[in-house]
Amino acid sequence: MKKKNYAIALVCILFFLSPLVFNAYWVDVLNNIGIYAILALSLNFILGDTGLFHMGHAAFYAVGAYTTAILNTMYHIPVIWLIPFSGLTAAIFGYLVARPIIHLRGDYLLIVTIGIVEIVRIALVNNIFGITGGSNGIFGISRPHIFGLVIRRPEQFFYYIWIFVAVSVYLFHRLRNSRFGRALNYIKEDEVAAEGTGVNISRYKLIAFVLGAFWAGMVGNIYASKMTIISPESFTFWESVVLFCIVILGGSGSINGVILGSFLLIGLPEIFREFAQARMLIFGLAMIVMMIFRPQGILPPPPRKYRIPSIN
Amino acid sequence: MELFFQQLTNGLAIGGIYALIALGYTMVYGVLKLINFAHGDLFTLGAYIGFTLLTSFSLVGKMGPLPTLALYGLLIMGLVGVAGIVLERVAYRPLRSADRLAAVVSALGASIVISNSIMLIYGARFQVYPHHLLPDITLNMFGMKVPFLRMLMLVLSIVLMAILYLFVQKTRIGTAIRAVAIDHGAARLMGIDVNRIISIVFFIGPALGGAAGFMVGLYYGQLNFMMGWLYGLKAFIAAVIGGIGNIPGAMLGGLLLGVIEALGAAYISIAWKDAIAFFVLIIILIVRPTGILGERVADKI
Repeated sequence: MKKKNYAIALVCILFFLSPLVFNAYWVDVLNNIGIYAILALSLNFILGDTGLFHMGHAAFYAVGAYTTAILNTMYHIPVIWLIPFSGLTAAIFGYLVARPIIHLRGDYLLIVTIGIVEIVRIALVNNIFGITGGSNGIFGISRPHIFGLVIRRPEQFFYYIWIFVAVSVYLFHRLRNSRFGRALNYIKEDEVAAEGTGVNISRYKLIAFVLGAFWAGMVGNIYASKMTIISPESFTFWESVVLFCIVILGGSGSINGVILGSFLLIGLPEIFREFAQARMLIFGLAMIVMMIFRPQGILPPPPRKYRIPSIN
Repeated sequence: MELFFQQLTNGLAIGGIYALIALGYTMVYGVLKLINFAHGDLFTLGAYIGFTLLTSFSLVGKMGPLPTLALYGLLIMGLVGVAGIVLERVAYRPLRSADRLAAVVSALGASIVISNSIMLIYGARFQVYPHHLLPDITLNMFGMKVPFLRMLMLVLSIVLMAILYLFVQKTRIGTAIRAVAIDHGAARLMGIDVNRIISIVFFIGPALGGAAGFMVGLYYGQLNFMMGWLYGLKAFIAAVIGGIGNIPGAMLGGLLLGVIEALGAAYISIAWKDAIAFFVLIIILIVRPTGILGERVADKI
């Protein structure tokens, strides 16, 4: 056990030194992987830990990103301060959309969440309330300032994003092993038994949705400040599909699996750029093949172990 | 009044298309309890096969438009039906005993494979059907001018749906399909070969979808490899409105959704046309989740 922890620590340290080794393009790829990793972790909380079929995660991401963009360009509030605020708006939005649909069974919930992400995208394109900039989006979002340092270059964003990833991993790990996480696991395994034992499934599912939305909103902020331009094209149904696949193919419910999934699904297409045309086709084939041969994902979550105190 | 009537016929015509595609969804769901996400792409496949047939051969000149199109229509239905059977064998049969999430992901994967295969073969740009195959006349109904093609599309959809309804209600195979939709095990005990019936369902559903694709290609004239996604989603909404698993429900739901969408586009806003369908879905799932004609289902939805 100890050797494994040392190995993991070594890999993490080497990884955090990677901006010194790779050129700017690959560091940016790693940044992309990082953003998708946090998004996938927040989706994993809804899909993997609680078992809710959620294909509309890009909608929460979009709400967070647009909140940041609008407030930053209109009122010049620094981007860093908007991180919790974007999360909050995304969480409120998540609550409003999840509240009426939380009792739906798997397949129906799936279709409704697809509908939600489409409605959000159409609303953004149609310039709802006159502030979303239509299909051109919003540009001129400022970069994050931390104590006078402006985060502008890919190497700086690398540390910004991956420290966020590390914090997210830690928090989600603690959440999974908490009483709340155990309740979610119970709901995922057997909903009827959970309700019979006194777990208020509607409440827990709703909280799971809202928490996942909150996290996705914060990532939206990071994305907006990184790209400085956002438009509805970044928040389509296909983004939701990619996130869904990262969680399912990587290992739903498993933090390691999700991170590995992000590396594979975002990193591999970058390596195989020559096959850009056939990329999605291979994607789809991989989905079918994985589900037939290894439906639990590449790195399934470790089974929960509870130590029973010894008798004597 | 004129606008209302025009949009009503428009909505019914497009609703007929939604109903044909929705029938595929509802039959597959009834038999396998699976939402076949790849169904919309089989619709696209039908449209593209029609495109290949129309641009490669020039039978139209030899046999006249109507017989040629009828022949092509039947050919397309057969080919897309076979594609449906292959799809079921490859992507769904190995997962028959697995849990729902695996089947859903596999369906999504199949959808991506089919639509991207079409893109790789035909290119990502829009393709155009040959024009003026059918006479461009307008009829005079109740004093309003209605395009002949629109009415033809509606009539053909209704004819196909009627044939399917009679098939499912009156023939032995139709009864077997209904039995498998109720319970696999009991159907097997009655001597029904469940795998064969599932294959038959996966022939009929996609065949209807392919016919719908051909009609959409002829009516709108424009094809794109992603067109099946939106049609498929709306057809699924139509199936849910009518009650998923219920064949008359799919027909009713399709026509209803088409009319609601057309009237909404005219009187509310055309930019929100697609969003209207999703709002209808959310409302139906909150107010009456079993659908308009749906049966009382024992488990919670």
